Amino acid sequence: MDALLQHLVNGLVLGGTYALLGIGLTLIFGLMNVVNFAHGEFYTLGAYATFAALALAGLPFAGALALALAAGMALGALTERVLLRPLRHESIETVMLVMIGLWIALQNAELLVWGGVAKSIPHPFPTAPLTLGPVSIAPLRLAVLAAALALIAGAHLLIQKTRFGCAMRATFQDPDTAALMGVRIHRVRAATFALGSGLAAAAGALLGPIFLVYPSMGDLASLKAFSVVILGGLGNVWGATVGGLLLGVAEELGAGYVSSGYRDAVGFVIMILVLLLRPSGLFARAERVG
Amino acid sequence: MVRRSRPLILALAALALGLVALPADPARAQAPVKIGVIQPLSGPVAASGNYVRMGAEIARDWINARGGVLGRRLELVIEDNKSDPKEAASAAEKLIVRDRVPALMGAWGSSMTLAAMPKLEEYGVPMVVETSSAASITKRGNPWVFRISPPSEMEALGLEPYLPRLTIKKADFLAVNTDWGRGAITAFGDVLRKHGIAVGAVEFMDQAATDMNAQLTKIRGTGADTLFLTTSVEQITLVLKQAQEQRLQRRIITTGGSSSPDQLVKQAGAAAEGTYHIVFFMPWFPEAMPEPRLARAFVEEWQKRGYPFEGLTEGFRGHDGILTLVEAIRIAGRDEPKAIRDALWKVQLMGLNGPIRFEKDGPAGKESGQSRPSIFIVQIKQGKVTLPDFVARR
Repeated sequence: MDALLQHLVNGLVLGGTYALLGIGLTLIFGLMNVVNFAHGEFYTLGAYATFAALALAGLPFAGALALALAAGMALGALTERVLLRPLRHESIETVMLVMIGLWIALQNAELLVWGGVAKSIPHPFPTAPLTLGPVSIAPLRLAVLAAALALIAGAHLLIQKTRFGCAMRATFQDPDTAALMGVRIHRVRAATFALGSGLAAAAGALLGPIFLVYPSMGDLASLKAFSVVILGGLGNVWGATVGGLLLGVAEELGAGYVSSGYRDAVGFVIMILVLLLRPSGLFARAERVG
Repeated sequence: MVRRSRPLILALAALALGLVALPADPARAQAPVKIGVIQPLSGPVAASGNYVRMGAEIARDWINARGGVLGRRLELVIEDNKSDPKEAASAAEKLIVRDRVPALMGAWGSSMTLAAMPKLEEYGVPMVVETSSAASITKRGNPWVFRISPPSEMEALGLEPYLPRLTIKKADFLAVNTDWGRGAITAFGDVLRKHGIAVGAVEFMDQAATDMNAQLTKIRGTGADTLFLTTSVEQITLVLKQAQEQRLQRRIITTGGSSSPDQLVKQAGAAAEGTYHIVFFMPWFPEAMPEPRLARAFVEEWQKRGYPFEGLTEGFRGHDGILTLVEAIRIAGRDEPKAIRDALWKVQLMGLNGPIRFEKDGPAGKESGQSRPSIFIVQIKQGKVTLPDFVARR
């Protein structure tokens, strides 16, 4: 029973980080229909930006988080302008190949700049865990979970409640009509990609201090993000949030009670089941086609 | 080739017909002796692979400063296996076929080495294995493989003399889910059981996994006193940090010799306090190594080049591997793959780790070479790497 409680807490905290990775990608993959294999590299960029800000420049943690977010958004906007806009009328496979190229290029650039040795980000939180009965949790992890939930809520409000969010939803539902209605769809596309990339960078900034920072750290993050997006349904921010938490708990329980050798398999088995049984995601509402 | 005993006219004819053939002889005497090196220079274990490369380059420069080998310059042809077994196999093929190297050193990880091995047999080129520790490497009947790193069985036996003083009653295992990790659990588990020590949880983690809380929660419930940890230094760092977050009270012993205690001190901080690490080179105490003068010179040269100190526990492997191959080429008297293979059996030298000499291992008639490396144990105390109290200084 004690172990079960600890597993559940571990799973929720881990799931919060998956959710944060997932919401950035659900905007890009779900709304923009870009199979963004480079998503993990924005996550890595955020982690390295945080490392530079905290360990090299000595900024406070909040400043580092803001810097990472800004760096991710800037690179995201640049990527959209240089790579995606000229390819807007190309097939999804062409765009996917370009993104794979970007993934490889960014990862090797990180290796060149930072070297292969993993880096550890110093953080201001105490290292002694908080203990509640049989459950212990590091203060840093709680802070990360809170920040992740705040970012998720912020993204949701931005999409659902603001004029920009309205323009965004309109653009991806029907670009031609939106353009005729006066929506500057180029800007909306650039802003959406920048927002998604910025969220990935923020995830990197939050998770960097918990884990380690190294050039290939984004690979696993990309995989998890795709699983979360598929679980939650394309373009569904709340779906991605719940999907992330579910994936975290499922993996944790799978590792705890089945076998830790199959930890990642648990996540992918769930993903395959969702694709077979509910292909538009766990939380998809009935949708009119055509 | 033109033989001098043949009539002059024949020589002239050959000269006229095949201009390439004659000048090749003096040119070959000047051409460098090549050794191919396969290491993970990018990807998750890139740091380790680059340290091995640096060590190999120090050995090369030292050998060239002493006049090279067979009177020729030594050249390393270095290929990146990208921490990926598939790439390791194609790197081996490229080095053998395109660069025509007569011998190889590689390929760091057990899975990478195992993937490159069929190519050695296919083309008949020997390889010195400098890091990999899966038992299967020398058991597959590949007579072109010569290993200077200890397989997990030897490492476990190396720990045996210390077991009484470690007073372990029950131990858990956490290892990376690869040939190496699974092999280490079997090897150390066998030695522990032989000494009447119970084995509790046996847990695995994916090579790229970053969150090990599930495994640690399970381990927390077993009531054991010791945790054996087998994985790369990156994952060791994460496990130590997460064990601290979960208040896991255990004596932690890392195996495999890739734990880089300095890097752990730097990156895991207080979480690394009190942990034990099995290592194959102790740059902190060169005087305690089997060949103190060589060890000190290597540590000094490494630092003079501005390489990070924490890389030394990997870098020595590159030095010893190249030294072994060069000695074999010297004994063979020529840089030809089969001659080098035969000469490797006659190599007897002192490397940084200690004596290197190959014994036969694997199925009869197709044995691989296995050296018996020295094994050391260190402890992190007050943020410093120390010799544990129970290890008497030599």
